[in-house]
Amino acid sequence: MPKNLKLHYDISGEDYTRAGEASAQLKQVLRQLGLSSSIIRRVSIAMYEGEINMVIHANGGTIDVEIDSACVSLILKDTGPGISEIDLAMKEGYSTASESVRSMGFGAGMGLPNMRKHSDYMKIDSTPGVGTTVYMKIALGEE
Amino acid sequence: MTVAEIVKVLDAKVISGEDLLDRDVHSACGSDLMSDVLAFVKDQSVLVTGLTNAQAVRTAEMMDIVCIVLVRGKTADSGMIDLARDRSVVVLQTEYSMFTACGLLYESGLRGGGGRANAKKFKAAL
Ligand SMILES: Nc1ncnc2c1ncn2[C@@H]1O[C@H](COP(=O)(O)OP(=O)(O)OP(=O)(O)O)[C@@H](O)[C@H]1O
Ligand SMILES: [Mg+2]
Repeated sequence: MPKNLKLHYDISGEDYTRAGEASAQLKQVLRQLGLSSSIIRRVSIAMYEGEINMVIHANGGTIDVEIDSACVSLILKDTGPGISEIDLAMKEGYSTASESVRSMGFGAGMGLPNMRKHSDYMKIDSTPGVGTTVYMKIALGEE
Repeated sequence: MTVAEIVKVLDAKVISGEDLLDRDVHSACGSDLMSDVLAFVKDQSVLVTGLTNAQAVRTAEMMDIVCIVLVRGKTADSGMIDLARDRSVVVLQTEYSMFTACGLLYESGLRGGGGRANAKKFKAAL
């Protein structure tokens, strides 16, 4: 495995049907690197939930992935409306998704809790009106 | 259980993935909310849902879901069918409701794969 692999994805906020495409691409990369299926699963869920959040709540953004011998690091950055109460947003079931977004299968309020559950480290920096950056790390050693 | 057996049990029509019916399915999940699926689904599952969009296929792809069953005769939108073909996900359509479709699959031996079933397995292994 290469010492340090960096990947960058631009996430469009226009097209809901493409939400998840970057996560699917990363999943292929992780497979090619030969990572264990449980690590691939955790990274996939964490990034996919984050990617969808960027599309449905923040009109898109960027995702930077870094893979080294110790962990997979994800940085998801958007310039959307921000999250005013992060503790509340982290609660299972809390969602501000509109009815039309719900009809597409989102809005269970499980995305952020899923991200926390599947990452070993997670931090959210968010300023209302400025945007949100989510940092996650998944260690490669632990199953 | 294979996808072909699911087709029989649910009297289903194959919308995409005619060549993938010999695939094995180990568990099932019924939901219209993708985050619920991401939170609870196990490996090599069948997803029973009323969602007919590409997002259901993307979720399937992320979770290694083998097969999506659309309930109540709902029609897959064209984006869903295209993506399912591209990503090798089987899409089936059944006239049964979500409740009945899940019940029929349960009756034929499929389980959710989470919580209680795992707890039993864990106890048996001790
Ligand atoms: N990138 C973001 N920008 C702005 N708000 C966000 C962002 N991510 C999450 N939120 C806020 O946090 C809430 C909870 O997010 P979470 O992902 O847990 O649930 P959801 O996206 O509403 O539903 P689900 O993820 O289950 O489809 C959202 O409803 C939204 O209000
Ligand atoms: Mg979400």
